[in-house]
Amino acid sequence: MLTNISRLLINVFSSFFVLTLFTFGLTHFFPDGSSFIYDPSLSTSLFPDVSLTMHQQELGLLEAYINYVTHILSGNFGFSSVRGTPIMDDFVIYFPATIELAAAALLIALVVGLPLGIYAAQHKDKWQDKLIMSGSLIGYSMPIFWWAMLLVLFFSIILGITPVASRIGFEFDIEPITGFMLLDTLLSEKHYALDAFKSALHHLILPAFVLGTVPLAVIARSTRSTMTDVLNADYIRSAKSRGISASKILWKYALRNASIPLLTAMGLQISILLTGSLITETIFSWPGIGKWLLEAVYRRDFAVIHGGILAIASFIIIIHLVLDIFRSFVDPKLRRKQ
Amino acid sequence: MDKKYFPFAIILASFSLLSGCTDMSSTSVRDKVLVYCSEASPQSFNPQLVTSGPTFDASSRQIYNRLVEFEPGGTQLKQSLATHWEISGDGKEYTFYLRKDVTFQTTDQFVPTRHFNADDVLFSFQRQWKKNHPYHRVSPLQFRYFGAMGLNELILNIEKLDIYKVKFTLKNPDAPFLATLAMDFASILSAEYAAHLIRTGQPQLIDNKPVGTGPFQLVRYQPDAFIRYKPHPTYWKGKEKLEGLVFAITPDPSLRFARLIAGECDIMAKPLPIQIDAASQYPGLITLSEAGSNVSFLAMNTTKKPFDQHKVRLAMNYAINKSSILKIVYGGTAEEAINPIPPLIWSYDNKTEPVPYSSLIAKQLLIEAGYPDGFKMDLWAMPVQRTYNPNAIKMAELIQHDLEKVGIKVSIISYEFGTFLEKIKSGEHQAALLGWIGDNGDPDNYFSSTLSCAAARSGNNGAFWCDEKFDSLIQQAGEKSDIDVRTELYLKAQRRFNQQKPWVPIAHARQFILLNKKVNNLQLVPTDGMYFSGVTLSAAEAETPLPGVE
Repeated sequence: MLTNISRLLINVFSSFFVLTLFTFGLTHFFPDGSSFIYDPSLSTSLFPDVSLTMHQQELGLLEAYINYVTHILSGNFGFSSVRGTPIMDDFVIYFPATIELAAAALLIALVVGLPLGIYAAQHKDKWQDKLIMSGSLIGYSMPIFWWAMLLVLFFSIILGITPVASRIGFEFDIEPITGFMLLDTLLSEKHYALDAFKSALHHLILPAFVLGTVPLAVIARSTRSTMTDVLNADYIRSAKSRGISASKILWKYALRNASIPLLTAMGLQISILLTGSLITETIFSWPGIGKWLLEAVYRRDFAVIHGGILAIASFIIIIHLVLDIFRSFVDPKLRRKQ
Repeated sequence: MDKKYFPFAIILASFSLLSGCTDMSSTSVRDKVLVYCSEASPQSFNPQLVTSGPTFDASSRQIYNRLVEFEPGGTQLKQSLATHWEISGDGKEYTFYLRKDVTFQTTDQFVPTRHFNADDVLFSFQRQWKKNHPYHRVSPLQFRYFGAMGLNELILNIEKLDIYKVKFTLKNPDAPFLATLAMDFASILSAEYAAHLIRTGQPQLIDNKPVGTGPFQLVRYQPDAFIRYKPHPTYWKGKEKLEGLVFAITPDPSLRFARLIAGECDIMAKPLPIQIDAASQYPGLITLSEAGSNVSFLAMNTTKKPFDQHKVRLAMNYAINKSSILKIVYGGTAEEAINPIPPLIWSYDNKTEPVPYSSLIAKQLLIEAGYPDGFKMDLWAMPVQRTYNPNAIKMAELIQHDLEKVGIKVSIISYEFGTFLEKIKSGEHQAALLGWIGDNGDPDNYFSSTLSCAAARSGNNGAFWCDEKFDSLIQQAGEKSDIDVRTELYLKAQRRFNQQKPWVPIAHARQFILLNKKVNNLQLVPTDGMYFSGVTLSAAEAETPLPGVE
């Protein structure tokens, strides 16, 4: 177990090393990208520490790199070259919005995708299976921006049952405490806190469904394929022959064994959700990381683009570490390796 | 239940969960909050630092007041933080008597202990004017508007005569000075707040956490998402009726329109022409429009051949079919320009007739000028949408077509907007489609900025037209303070302009806004800005949902 975790940690450190080396190289060898913004006089004075130390040419390469990594590890990702505020300050505001959306999307994908996949596996090659699989193929290959607009047009504009955009109705003034709107509305002491919570939930549905569409399709498909494999395995057949009930076979023997490859697939989906939130957030005017980065691109705010990407990449590395550790607990093969 | 159907049950349950919370009943709160779908995030909350409309909308127009302000919906000046003023006989000294009992807003950072007085006026101007002022270098953004209006050179002294009396001394008489003081960058900030921030070691907060005397105060701002205001409880004109004001920052025009239809916004900024048409299908929506204080024109570089010849410039005026431009480029939402200033600016010359469209006369003029077979020329057009010109490239193509009929071969040239402006300033063009938005309602703002000899030197005069007669007329007018004398001089200047024809004046674009019927008392201003003071929402009726698309 311990060797397992230490091996994972080495993995994490090496990927972090490669990542920082890459971003450091970018900023070091193409110094001060901020000079590309319209007014160069804005940029220089706005880089108090990180970028300055990065750009100090007299520092040795190694020294400059160590300096850079120290700053990043202490949570200092630099300053916006347009607004002059620390990037980390912005990141902690926008990040919870993305996590909230991604978590809701993943929940929808799991709650809908998993049963669909199981059902399709149970009815392999029958019409139910074909229906679900072709549906998921459509979901998987659908351009998200088009799908989102279609849903907004139908549900928000024609039917008027879901909001068009943003996280909550503008009438509610919610103090950001955790940054997660659903939690903040419940923590709020305003008289309309419950209405605000409903409004936040209501605003979450459509963007979460849009963002969850691709993962839903992926989860349904991979559940079906792993479940079909497992259902054809010898131990399932022998379980059947012993007269164990079909539902017990399905939920206890089959699903558990199918969950390991599923967990890997889900891990990949989390990265896709975080990075893929860019389109969904822009369409729904959802103030998260994706929209923040896109706006930074429009403004040529290279410091934010650089810092934001670094922060997201670091987060994804951490997520994968956690998932790997989690998997090593679930998978008996990994558990007993020592 | 057969376990086989269990997965179905989960799916059904999850769908019913998702759709279970669509019933919203929070209209009571919504009825008193005005939501404005704005087009961009502000760069700062200090109007002294920037020149962009969205920043002024978010700061000076809601949070701050100025010594004098424009009448709602117009460009006439009225008293504000100054109750009255005296101008000395030589036009060089302006003495302002300040309003008493004006309170500053109380925020999380700051509780004011005194009312507005002369110190605040001094602070607000000295910060921009004096290079050694402790607040001059607090922000990396600079005081561009102050400099662009020439105030660094114009102002000789600002002094506090007593606690409610301030005197500005100018180097030379400057008639538009009062109008200049009504502009956004001349907003009055709190000197006490500034001192407080110096003590707490966070002077930069003055630009991000504003404290003003205006109708609304900032509650919360999330860049690219929203700005939330509440009414200033002790506003000197009386507390606003709205309980909240929210700017929903929505850069995408289609999303703004969708939000307006869905009732998430009450007001939509900058609709596209197609949306103005679409809005008429919705009985719950109103379109407001107002003549804009702007002009779009084709500037001919008078220092280059063949546009140094008067007859060629006149021929260009005859050869271009303006009515088709108005129809195709502006979708009928603009009026034809004759003079360099729009009709809503005082001193506009009503007597001059527009030049009719006639290829024949144009051809005749070209023959007289010595170009019987026409010539080749460049026409520069910007690649971006501007208030005064929604599509310069399209306009250039129409002009290209018109000019071909008289034998002039046009090649259209375009650069990225910043580069475009730089190259125009250095005079690389033969002719260019340009425009101007007036900021203060004074004709001087148009004439000096776009047609004076000084502007020809600085490059802002795209025609590089330096006409001694015209220049002396507008200079005289700028130094007089009597409005009748000035009007007379500006009329003469316009006639001189129309005789010389350095431009082909094209259009004055109207500005549009879409809003929900429940919004009352909103007035558009010609200088292109949103003021929400005095706006109210009529309740209950708003309950009836807007009909869907057929």
